[in-house]
Amino acid sequence: MGGVLSYAIRGLTRRHGVGEHSVLANDRIDLDVRQGEVFGVLGPNGAGKTTLVRLLMGLLRPDAGTIMMFGRDVRAAPDLPARLTGYLGQADLALAELPVATAVGTTARMRGLSRGEARAARDAVLDELGLTGVAHRPLARLSGGQRRLACVATALVGDRPVLILDEPTTGLDPVARRAVWGALERRRDTAGTTVVLITHNVLEAESVLDRVAVLEAGRVIACDTPGQLKASVSGDVRLDLAWRHDPPAADPTVAMLAGLATVSGRRWTVRLAPAAARDALGRLTTGAALAALDDFSLATPSLEDVYLTLGGASRDLERT
Amino acid sequence: MSIVPEARGTAVSRASREVVVSAPARDATVGAARVRSEPHPAANLPGLGLADRPLPASEELAPADEPAAAEELAAAQERSASQGLLAPVPPRIPAAAGFGAAFGAVYRGQLARSKVGRIPLLFVASFQSIGILVLLRGILDVGNTTAAGQVVAGSTVLVVAFVALNLLAQRFGALRAAGALDYYLTLPVPPAAVVLGTAASYATFAAPGTLVTAVFGSLLYGLSLSGLWLLAPVVLLAGVCLSGIGAAVGLLAPRPELATIAGQLGMSIVLFLGVIPADRLPEVGRLARDVLPSTYAVDALAAAFQRNVDWATVLADLAVCAAVGAGALAAAVLALRRVGTS
Repeated sequence: MGGVLSYAIRGLTRRHGVGEHSVLANDRIDLDVRQGEVFGVLGPNGAGKTTLVRLLMGLLRPDAGTIMMFGRDVRAAPDLPARLTGYLGQADLALAELPVATAVGTTARMRGLSRGEARAARDAVLDELGLTGVAHRPLARLSGGQRRLACVATALVGDRPVLILDEPTTGLDPVARRAVWGALERRRDTAGTTVVLITHNVLEAESVLDRVAVLEAGRVIACDTPGQLKASVSGDVRLDLAWRHDPPAADPTVAMLAGLATVSGRRWTVRLAPAAARDALGRLTTGAALAALDDFSLATPSLEDVYLTLGGASRDLERT
Repeated sequence: MSIVPEARGTAVSRASREVVVSAPARDATVGAARVRSEPHPAANLPGLGLADRPLPASEELAPADEPAAAEELAAAQERSASQGLLAPVPPRIPAAAGFGAAFGAVYRGQLARSKVGRIPLLFVASFQSIGILVLLRGILDVGNTTAAGQVVAGSTVLVVAFVALNLLAQRFGALRAAGALDYYLTLPVPPAAVVLGTAASYATFAAPGTLVTAVFGSLLYGLSLSGLWLLAPVVLLAGVCLSGIGAAVGLLAPRPELATIAGQLGMSIVLFLGVIPADRLPEVGRLARDVLPSTYAVDALAAAFQRNVDWATVLADLAVCAAVGAGALAAAVLALRRVGTS
């Protein structure tokens, strides 16, 4: 597990606004991000993820705490983040009317690449992300997914040692999403690139992250590999049930599950020990409740379960 | 009906991948001094172009200035060495883009976007000024070359003001409101290159409009075209001056609507105080005219249409434009930095 720390973050705190209406967006955050890992920050909307990356990029000043980048304090070297990091923010108005190739090529030039290098890097990254066909169209005239993908290309071009990507795959179709994940893993494996990836998508977190910090209301509530996090919460499994119409309340299994379930419309989610879940499902699918049952699934814990078990209150994490 | 839990990634597969991550480094026994002198393997990747660009020693990353981080690093390297793994070395810091390259890239990008939607605005800017020339032709005495020169010069500078004050303030106001300035602020470029590159791309579209306006005005009022070369320095300096102000207004306005209103108001003031000849203004108007930097550009250009040019005055007028321009640009750069670390 050896390696250089790309980031050593200690006691990072930032409050937005003043007085009664102020919000503690980041609250005493401690994190270590190793060189050459894909590090994720997972959390619902409003958890403070974007504040964290804007602090890392020097776009916000912390109220307290330190950020060390490769052992150097960024307060003493404020130009360090811009020089070391390829950043993808959420706003893309600066690039909206530029043709894709121009957006990527001029970004490479602004990262200090020579004309020839910038051209080569641009063509390579457009090819890698499958954007060559739309290279001459302005971003604003692309579909939402392609537009986001073009912005990802501007972050990747110039091969910085660190990439900070704020929800890079929002709005992407599954093929484009896998292209982005592949591009990130390639850079980590061949160049030792450190990737900090902000996401509120559980599938993304479980598919690509080496380690993940779970953020809730400005605090890190857990930080480990996705597998360790899932193993740590419990041995429970998740039983999801979807009802066609109201299930027979008199059925003892239904009554038992109703007492445990998190209900969302006609969908129930129950967390149970594996044997109990299998048993309950067996009785449901052979008993009177089957007529009311539309669909069901049984799954091992996901990072969403980790988040909920650790006290996360929000329900807006994405699963697909 | 089989009930099988979904297969998901496990910790084991991820842990095994970390061996691969560490593999590219060359020497398992690197000490701190050694780490400093080894380029990161990323520096040798094609397309990165960093291998042939050595940086001064002060630009290299010391492995750790902080005792805790140094211990962590040393311990990590020891662990890796004992396991026969290779520790990654800290990357070299890529060089920042030079001013010229950054200016060129911003300019080229903005010009590409101008091609899409800005050409109609160019016509609007010129038509507005030509309309004013035609309108005032009916009022002014024919043969009063002083007044006529000022009307033509005022209308010409108005084209610059429309683009530099109005459009640029709107653009920066909108970028700021959308949080889109983060894009520039997270690239290793001087903020002045962003402001000047954007202003220059707008100026490229304003320049033909000023020529059309000046030539049309000279013909309409029967003025000499021989001094028209003065248009080049006047437009350049008025452009720097007004676009610096426009950018600063756009970046400092708390809301984009205010930036738009301020830009339009500024343009109206440039219009009234520039086009109306100085000797027809009331006393307060003349005072305001002395304070408004664009009127110095108007006066310099108006001199070009006269028979006897007082070059000292022209140079002094241009110097005022240049000085205000430098100040306004500095303000815009400071505003851009302030937006970045709010």
